[in-house]
Amino acid sequence: MTEEPVDVLIIGAGASGAAVAWSLLDTRMKIVCLEQGGATNPADYPSTGNEWEARRSSDFSISPNQRKLKTDYPINEDDSPIKVANFNGVGGSTVLYAGQFPRFHPSDFRIKSLDGVADDWPVDYKTLEPFFEENDRMTGVAGLAGDPAYPPRDARPMPPVPLGKAGQALASGFNKLDWHWWPSDVAINTEVYDGRDKCINLGACISGCAQGAKGSADVTYWPHALRGGVELRTHSRVREITVDDDTGMATGVIYYDEDGVEQSLKAHIVVLASNGIGTPRILLNSKSKLFPDGLANSSGLVGKNLMFHPYAAIQGIFDKPLDGYKGPHKAVQSQEFYETDPSRDFVRGYTFETSRGMGPAGTAMTGMGYGRIPWGHGHHKAFREMFNRVTSIAAVCEDLPEEHNRVTLDDLLKDSDGIPAPRISYTLSENSRKMLDHAVARGTEMMTAAGAREVLTLAPIKYAGWHLMGTARMGTDPARSVVNEWGRSHDVKNLFIVDGSIFVTSAGVNPTSTLQALALYIADQMKQRLANLFD
Amino acid sequence: MMSKLNITSQLSDSDIRDLKILAAMIVPASKDYDLPGADDPLIFDDILAAAAPHSATIASAVQALNTIARDLQATGFADLAVEQQETSADTFRKHHAAEAELLEALTVQCYYRDERVKNNLDMDTRPPFPAGFELEQGDWSLLDKVRERPALYRADSETGKN
Repeated sequence: MTEEPVDVLIIGAGASGAAVAWSLLDTRMKIVCLEQGGATNPADYPSTGNEWEARRSSDFSISPNQRKLKTDYPINEDDSPIKVANFNGVGGSTVLYAGQFPRFHPSDFRIKSLDGVADDWPVDYKTLEPFFEENDRMTGVAGLAGDPAYPPRDARPMPPVPLGKAGQALASGFNKLDWHWWPSDVAINTEVYDGRDKCINLGACISGCAQGAKGSADVTYWPHALRGGVELRTHSRVREITVDDDTGMATGVIYYDEDGVEQSLKAHIVVLASNGIGTPRILLNSKSKLFPDGLANSSGLVGKNLMFHPYAAIQGIFDKPLDGYKGPHKAVQSQEFYETDPSRDFVRGYTFETSRGMGPAGTAMTGMGYGRIPWGHGHHKAFREMFNRVTSIAAVCEDLPEEHNRVTLDDLLKDSDGIPAPRISYTLSENSRKMLDHAVARGTEMMTAAGAREVLTLAPIKYAGWHLMGTARMGTDPARSVVNEWGRSHDVKNLFIVDGSIFVTSAGVNPTSTLQALALYIADQMKQRLANLFD
Repeated sequence: MMSKLNITSQLSDSDIRDLKILAAMIVPASKDYDLPGADDPLIFDDILAAAAPHSATIASAVQALNTIARDLQATGFADLAVEQQETSADTFRKHHAAEAELLEALTVQCYYRDERVKNNLDMDTRPPFPAGFELEQGDWSLLDKVRERPALYRADSETGKN
């Protein structure tokens, strides 16, 4: 029996798909979300067992190419110095994120006007502000109002996470240099919130929060969306979006179920929420008579302008004990070097975000990686000099869009359902290199001021391609963008894209807060335009 | 949970002997710190179990190590004098970095979850969940200095609109 068409079909149950699913509940439309991964069970997360550190290199690795789960798709990233970090499952990559939850700044939406580079966004901070607030409430954000690096804002739903010994040491370092710092906005419950318990300092945010205190989309939006009637089909991997050759409208998708059996689902509206790699992959795999170069690709920009955030790591070894493996990874951030300064040799800027500490195996591996902990004699002494005595900051550098940084389809590589896999070509720009150099120099200065007796640095961090942006950019000009100013494809009037691929620029902060606010804004626009949505 | 299969059916006895020597070279026992080495029977069994998903890479690594040893002294890695084993291991790390990093990671991941080692480091031997840990708040008065700063964000247009 052929299934009746659904009203809204969302592809991907991560941060943006979850937000849109919840927001569209108001419409009472029939909403189905297809997710290629499964729903994780917090009882299975690594922090529930003694193998919690080792599993970060196996089934809870941030790299899909290392995890190699059936629910993952491989990525050819040989031609990129930065490797992709993601998670495929309900909640998407928020299952493994650290919960750092800053917003973009007002200037981030206007960098062409302000700095003469890249492009301005077709939306601005003021437009998104109510959706930032709504998203903070839905996610449960801990933080503190009054940050001079942002326009005045409402109080956060919860107080900030503790500074701890590490945060205090770093805050002292920032203060000695008279540099800005502020408690990070984090999606971590510091109080019981929305039926979820508060953080108990497991120190394992990036391998799933067994306590449920971290605001990953599987525990924030999804319970509300499911209670409201959204249907979520897990282990359902979309191969392509189908179109009507006469009208050019999307008609639904072809996907594979858990047993690898091909299925189809018709829909009146298709919403892509599969991240900056998965979304162009699906579009490029959706070739048809009307769209021989991939769906929604008349501009030729699908897959182009891939932006990561190049990261620099600055680790300080202190004489005094710090927090080690205990506590949420994030505590404070500094935006002293966030905005463009004409006296520097690069445009735009970066955020320093702190990263608290490591467990013993992480300490040993990091120390060995830097050549600081040797094999053989000397191992134990060098290990003790680092264990519980290291804390670090990471510079999140703004990456500017460049068309040659792109996602294409690999000629040979396929996933377990036989769907062509993505291939990434990416080079660090000269601007990014100069920004990383600046961050390493300033970060080293701050660590020394904070009292570190030794500083270790690395830039760029190889396995840090968390933030996948720009590959189906938004804009008002169909020749220069893939979707319009409210997320609808210029080419296919019932196709919407709501994930990081529509970002015009990357800013110098983690994107999840902005990505979800933008998804809520697009859902709101859809609701306001229901009567003439396809005009 | 990680696989509890082990790799012994896919490696020869001599391969396993070589791996054990290498594990002890990575983390040796220490009388000064009263610690076992990574070749301790319990820890090494754990390493073999953890290595199971990587059996092909491990076999290739052991083969490479022995090729280096034979080039050095026309004998297998295990039969070299200790100094020559160290020279071979250095060459192995230099020319087979990915395999060396894998062995290094497996070794320290298993070593530092051993209860004796954790006790020695004054760590809790339990998993983080469900008891969690205490974390001090820290000195929030440090923020007073930052509160006094003027706004440092940039307006998004020349009109000064945020």
